[in-house]
Parts: sequence; C-alpha cells; structure tokens
Amino acid sequence: MRQALKVGLIGGIVAVLLSLIGMVEAFSQRDIIARVISMGHTLLVIVALFMGYLAAKRTPGKGSLRVLANSFISGLIVGGLVSLLVIVGSLINLRKVFVNAMPVLYELLTFKQGTQIGVFLLLGAGALSGALAGLFFLSPKLLRRVLLISLGSIVSVGVLQDLLRPTFALWGPLAIINEWLFTANGLTIRGAIGLFIMITAASLFWSTKGETIQTGFRNLPTAPQRILKITGILALVFILLILPQVLGLFLSEVFTIVGLYVLLGLGLNIVVGYAGLLDLGYVAFFAIGSYTIAILTSPELGFFSLTFWEALPFVIVMGVISGVLLGTPVLKMRGDYLAIATLGFGEIIRILVLSDFLRPWLGGAQGIGKIPKASILGYEFAGPQQIYYLILAGCLLVIFISLRLRDSRLGRAWMAVREDEDVAQAMGINLVATKLLAFATGAGFSALSGAIFASKLGSVYPHSFNVMISINIVCVIIVGGMGSIPGVIVGAIALVGLPELLREFAEYRLFVYGAALVAMMLLRPEGLWPEAVHRREFHEEKENQAESESPLKLKSG
Amino acid sequence: MLKRWRERITPTDVVMWLIGGGLLLLIFWGSTATLTAKTYTAHHWFDFIIFGLAQGSIYALIAMGYTMVYGILRMINFAHSEVFMSGPYTAYFIAAAFHSSGFLDQYPILSLIMIFLVSMATSTLIAVLLERIAYRPLRNAPRLIPLITAIGASFFLQYTFRGFYGSGFQAYPVVKILEGEWAFGGFRILKFQALVIVAAAILMAALYSFVQRTRLGKAIRAVSEDKETSALMGIDIDRMIVTTFVIGGMSAGAAGVLYALMFKQVHFFMGFIPGIKAFTAAVLGGIGNIPGAMLGGIFLGLVESVGPSLFLDGLGIVAPYQLKDAIAFTMLVLVLIFRPTGILGERLAVKKA
Repeated sequence: MRQALKVGLIGGIVAVLLSLIGMVEAFSQRDIIARVISMGHTLLVIVALFMGYLAAKRTPGKGSLRVLANSFISGLIVGGLVSLLVIVGSLINLRKVFVNAMPVLYELLTFKQGTQIGVFLLLGAGALSGALAGLFFLSPKLLRRVLLISLGSIVSVGVLQDLLRPTFALWGPLAIINEWLFTANGLTIRGAIGLFIMITAASLFWSTKGETIQTGFRNLPTAPQRILKITGILALVFILLILPQVLGLFLSEVFTIVGLYVLLGLGLNIVVGYAGLLDLGYVAFFAIGSYTIAILTSPELGFFSLTFWEALPFVIVMGVISGVLLGTPVLKMRGDYLAIATLGFGEIIRILVLSDFLRPWLGGAQGIGKIPKASILGYEFAGPQQIYYLILAGCLLVIFISLRLRDSRLGRAWMAVREDEDVAQAMGINLVATKLLAFATGAGFSALSGAIFASKLGSVYPHSFNVMISINIVCVIIVGGMGSIPGVIVGAIALVGLPELLREFAEYRLFVYGAALVAMMLLRPEGLWPEAVHRREFHEEKENQAESESPLKLKSG
Repeated sequence: MLKRWRERITPTDVVMWLIGGGLLLLIFWGSTATLTAKTYTAHHWFDFIIFGLAQGSIYALIAMGYTMVYGILRMINFAHSEVFMSGPYTAYFIAAAFHSSGFLDQYPILSLIMIFLVSMATSTLIAVLLERIAYRPLRNAPRLIPLITAIGASFFLQYTFRGFYGSGFQAYPVVKILEGEWAFGGFRILKFQALVIVAAAILMAALYSFVQRTRLGKAIRAVSEDKETSALMGIDIDRMIVTTFVIGGMSAGAAGVLYALMFKQVHFFMGFIPGIKAFTAAVLGGIGNIPGAMLGGIFLGLVESVGPSLFLDGLGIVAPYQLKDAIAFTMLVLVLIFRPTGILGERLAVKKA
C-alpha cells in the first residue's frame, strides 16, 4: 500500500512535469491512431501504465487481488495529481510563471469536457491504466512479451509515421501500404488493428518456434552453417550499399551524421575505451581535421588549392601530430584531471579559431567556405546520398583498423594501462609511447572524420566544434558500451540517429536525451552492447550475491 | 651529479618546460610592452581589478559546490551549473512580481533578501533531488558512470527549466539602490559590484567557518577524508553527503542572484559557462580544498579581466578580449601540468592513486 502510494506520487509528479514543460501539448499535435489517441495522451498513459506495473511488481506477497488493488491505486494517484494540476490551473493563472500552462493544455488533459467532468475522466483513465498494468503483470510471460512487442511497434510506427510515409511513397507498389496504414495524421484504425495482428502473430511464432530454429541452425554441419553466415554478411553489405537509394534524402542525411559520429566514436573508443584515458576535448582533433582540409583545399583563403584526396594524407598526419602534441603535456595526469585538461585544450582551440587574431589564416567567426567536394573518377560525393559511401568506406576502414589494433600487442598494452597504470609499467610497458600512440591514433581517426565533415558541408565554422560535441561522443561510447566496436555503432544510432529522426520535437530532444542518459546509467551502466569483459565486471557483485542467496532460497522453498 | 640529472630528465619533461618557459616569456614580454605603451591609466586597471574581483567571487561561490562534492564523492558534479541556474531563474518571477507591484522600490533590501532566499531554496532543492535520484544509487559505480549521469542530469534540468519558463532571455529588474557608483579621487566602484564582492565575502566566510568550526562541518571533513572510518566513528555518511549538497546548492543559489544582478538577465543556458569556469577555479585552487576554491575563483576572475589587456595588448593582438577564456583555460592547463595539486595543494592528494 505504501509502495503504491509512493510509486503513484512519483508517477504523478512525472506526468505533471511532462505537462508543464509543454511536452504533452506538443506531442498532441500528432495522432498515433487517427482521432483515437494522440502522442500526448499516449505519453501520459505510458506513465500511468509504467507506474501501475511498478506498483504491482513491488507488492509484497502474491495475492492477485492485492496486486491489482495496488496498481489501481497508483494509477489513480497519477490521474489525481494531473487533475490537481487542472484544478489549480483553473483557479490560478499559472501562465505568468509556467509558459506552457495554456488553456489548450487543460483542454487536452480534460478531454475537452470542462474541469468538473474532466477531473473524473482523468481519475478514471489513470485508475484504468493502472489496473490494466496490474493485469498485464499478472498475465503469463509469453502474453506479456507478445503484447509489449506489438503495442510497442504500433507506437513506434505512429511516432515515425512522417518518415515511413515518404519512404513508402518512393516505391510504387509500397504506396498501397501508405493508403492502407496511414491517414494524414496517425494510423487508420484498420491499419492499427492489422499491424497489431501481424506483429502479434510474428512475435508469437518467434517466441514459440524461435528456439527450435536456433538450435536447428546450431546443429547443422559446419559447411552449410558457414555458407549461411557468409550469405548473411553479404546481405548486410548489400543492404548497406543500397540503403541511401532506398531511403531517400532525409534518411540518408541522418545516416551520414550517424556515420560521422561512428567514425569519431571509434577514434575516441581507442583513447577512452581501450587505453582508459578520458578525453573531453576530443572535438579539437575534429576541428583540426576540418580546418586542415579547408586551408589546403579552399580557394577562398588562397594558400593552397589541392583536391580532397591530395589533402587527405596531410590531414591525417596533422591529426596525428596534434594528438602527440596535445597528449604530451597530459601524460602524467589521471582520471578527472586528464578530463579537465583535455576539455581546456578543446576550448582553447575553439576560442583561437574563433578569434579575430587568427582571422587572416582561419577565417574567424565566418569560417572558411568553398571547400570542394571529394570525387573519384568523375563520381562526385556531393549530396548526402553520395557522401554516405565515403563515410561508409571510412567506417569500414576504421572498424578494421580498430579490430586489428585491439588484438595486437599494442591493444593489449592499452588495456593493461586502462586496468592499472602502475602494474602495466611494472610489467615493462612503455607508458609514454603507449599513451601517445593512443592519443595519436584517436586523433588521426577524428581528423579523418573532420575532413569528411568539412567536405560534406562545404564550409567550416568554429561554432561546429563546441564542447558539446566532445561530450556527445563520450556519451555515445559509454551508452554503447566502453571498448566495444558494435557498441559505438549502436550508441551512435541511439544517441544521434534517433534524435535526428524526431527532429520535429527538437525542443524536447535534449530533455529526453538527458533523461535517457540518467536512466541508462542507473539501470544498465555497462552499455547497450558491452564487451564481455565489462559485462562481467558490472555484474560481478550481482552474480556473487545470487550465488550466496541461492542456498537460502532453497531452504525457504 | 650532472649525469644523474641527465638521467632523471625525460624528453617529455624537456618539452613541457620549453612550453611553460615559452609561455612565461610571452606573458612577461606582453606585460612589459603593455605597461610601457601606457594605453591604460591606473583608473582603467582599477576598473579591471574590481570587475575581476566581482566576477571572481561569483566563480568562487559556485566553485565551493564543485569542490565540496568532489571532495566527498570524488565526482565532477557536471549538473552543478544547472543548480546554479535554477535558483535565480525561479527567483526572477518573485523579483518581477515585486518590481511590478512597486514593492521592490519601496523596500529594496527586504525584497533583495527574499529574492536571495527563494533562489537559495530552489537551488538547494534541486541539488538535494539530484543527489537523491541520480547520484545516490551510483555511489560505488566506476568513475565514468556518475560523470555521464551528471551530464545527462544537466541536459534534463536545462530543458526542464526551458520548458517551464520558456526559451527567451528574461531581463532582471533593476534595483535602484544598486545603480550608480561611489568615487574616491577618480577611482570608482559601481555599487552592484561592491554588493557582489561584499556579499560573496560574507557568504564565503560563513561557509568556511561552518565547515571548520561546527561539529557538522567537522563530520563532513571526516567523511571526505575517509568514508569507512568515519562510518565506524558513528557518522551518518548519507546525511553528510546531503548536507554537502545543501551547502553547495545554497552557495550556488546565492551566486546565481549575484550573477543575475550583475548581468541583469537570466536564461536557461546561463549556467554552462560560469559552471565550467567555476570548475576550472576549483581545480586551480586544488580540488577538494575549500579555501583553494575561493582563491582559485578570485584568481581566475582577475586573470580573465586583467589578462587580455595586460598580456596580449602589448603583443599587438587584435581584439584581445575575445581571448579571455583561452587565457583562463591556458592557466588551467599550466597549473595542471606544473602543479597538478592546484595552487593550495590538494588535501586529499595521498589517497588519489
């Protein structure tokens, strides 16, 4: 009971917060299912559902009536707090302080029924959601999983409808899907039901039969298994190659941005993930790469006018040199001091580039324009659909180098330094050389990424290189899983790609990003796709606990 | 003797001394050039110094929060800049209401006190919530995890307040008694700068004596020295950590109002730059060290306001004031290279390794 109250209160505060910052109202512009439920309401329902589930989960004992009562109460409290907001808002004008407490918000919250009826509706909706979550908690595991997947995908399709619609429209036959599935705003009712049935069937099939298929694959003799694997990889490569042509301009643009972050992330992954040197000024090397290519190729400054490919080796050499130069002073620093010193370096570089003092050489605040596009044999990497291939090639190259480095002697030395610097030195690892090589390699990758970035934009500005980029890249690595190469890709998709896709809600992008970072660190600190070693490290305690707890459980059982 | 010296000096040492020596030479050369050129009179320098002191005391107040949290939890509380922002931004609405009702002009001191109280209360609330929700579950996590959490919390708070109060700049109302200046024989002090310096000095003195003299302060110092042992001595660690966040929040809230009075506007992103500067100040003074944070803040403020004209003007650099942040960060990097424990030295240096 007390748990239910607590959980309900937290949920209510979250719901009121979401309403007051304007998220509910902004999301209500968009319907998930046309004229049935909007994204804003979905958001609130999800809060109530989640809190109901949490209350159910925390109920001591197993009585299903008690579980239901608890989730009902917590849902009721969520609804209660929101209706409290409505009542307070109808008595006092909150707009003087909270800019988003507009009449529209109250209309939305009360389902346009006026305050009195609306409050009862809200309470009812909250309690109903809570009770549904309780039922969900009590239902068998298979049902829960299937329901979660199919409801989740309907919501995702609804959220991403603006992207899916034009993509389907590009392809003649697929346009029928559009008509069947979407209205101008939200899914059609028939579309939603059809999608629900389809996905439920598919996930039901996979949950019951998936195991058999997997074991069947494992039982195959090695030769066909290998053929299947190679076919899989070839299919993946094929998909990667045709992706920009299939997806259209906007999605290709998103993919190029994600690709640039993957490149940067892989570079920083060597410094932070392998060698354990926390670098918060990594954007400096990105800037150095961009500016080097700009100076070498842009006719605007008139020093040189090389082509992209002629300038590229210089860019990488420049990156490596600056990595060594900025790495040398911080060799003896550890942990947070290193982080702050590198952050300082990053800012110094940005301020110098921005200043009027270096303007004749670096263009000052206006930056440098007219950077030529890269081209091979007359094929120009002009738009995002073309530059995608350049970035893909860069990513593959860097992934290959990273993999080889990880398994090399140098890679093992980096990891030894990460685990314990003093012991590593005692074992005969040359700390200076090892650390400098990490900085230099990372900086080289970053400079490459910077060069592609500059030629993609056609111009460079100092404002593109602020400290937020460095922080973003660190977050990509940590969220993906430190030291893990697939982790970097997953992290970049999650932290850079998804927010780009939801551009129309740009105002709430960083809000969600921040909340997701905190939640991620609290619930899954090892990252989305961690290296095996790290996963073990993070769950060591739990495993030990589980071991020590299990005999007790046996006794009580 | 010479041989032993040669063996002990590594190439990296040589490189670093060359960098340091070069920069010192540059500073020396620039300063002499500026001073002999006599572009600035003594009055100018006095203005620079007073502005630097005011700015620096704000940095120092914010730096207290960073340094105390670092001392006790060994983490960079990246979201402290949002603790700093939340106070004055919330207090703005009180100030605006006072201003439009005429209360502010009638009872300026009383209204200022209330603005301060509201700001400090909000900042404290945010700091305590932050500790409870985001940091407490991560007490024993690897070091990078709390840092990322703090970054996430910082975004979350920035955009929560943006959602609450809107994305525009809000102009802080003008307090009439703080307008104008006092002049003695050509040297002038703007009144609000005087208020900032005096208020910050009083607050810092109070904080310092709280930490040094009271039982609670002693307990906090004990916890930041050694958590396990102080737990064995019967100190409630969680309570001490919360107290630390309360102190940090209060000083950040006060610093926020001073900042808002000085620059006359608030914005949801206003915490970022002062936050980074204040952290720099904490590191400059020796992180974990409270007098160090005060000294570091004031030092940083002075360097920022005096530095560009003193060091760079003489070198013939265009628009030297643009480079003030570069000077501040160069100072930081130099201190970290040549005296990694900060100016006053880190009290907790022994346990670091």
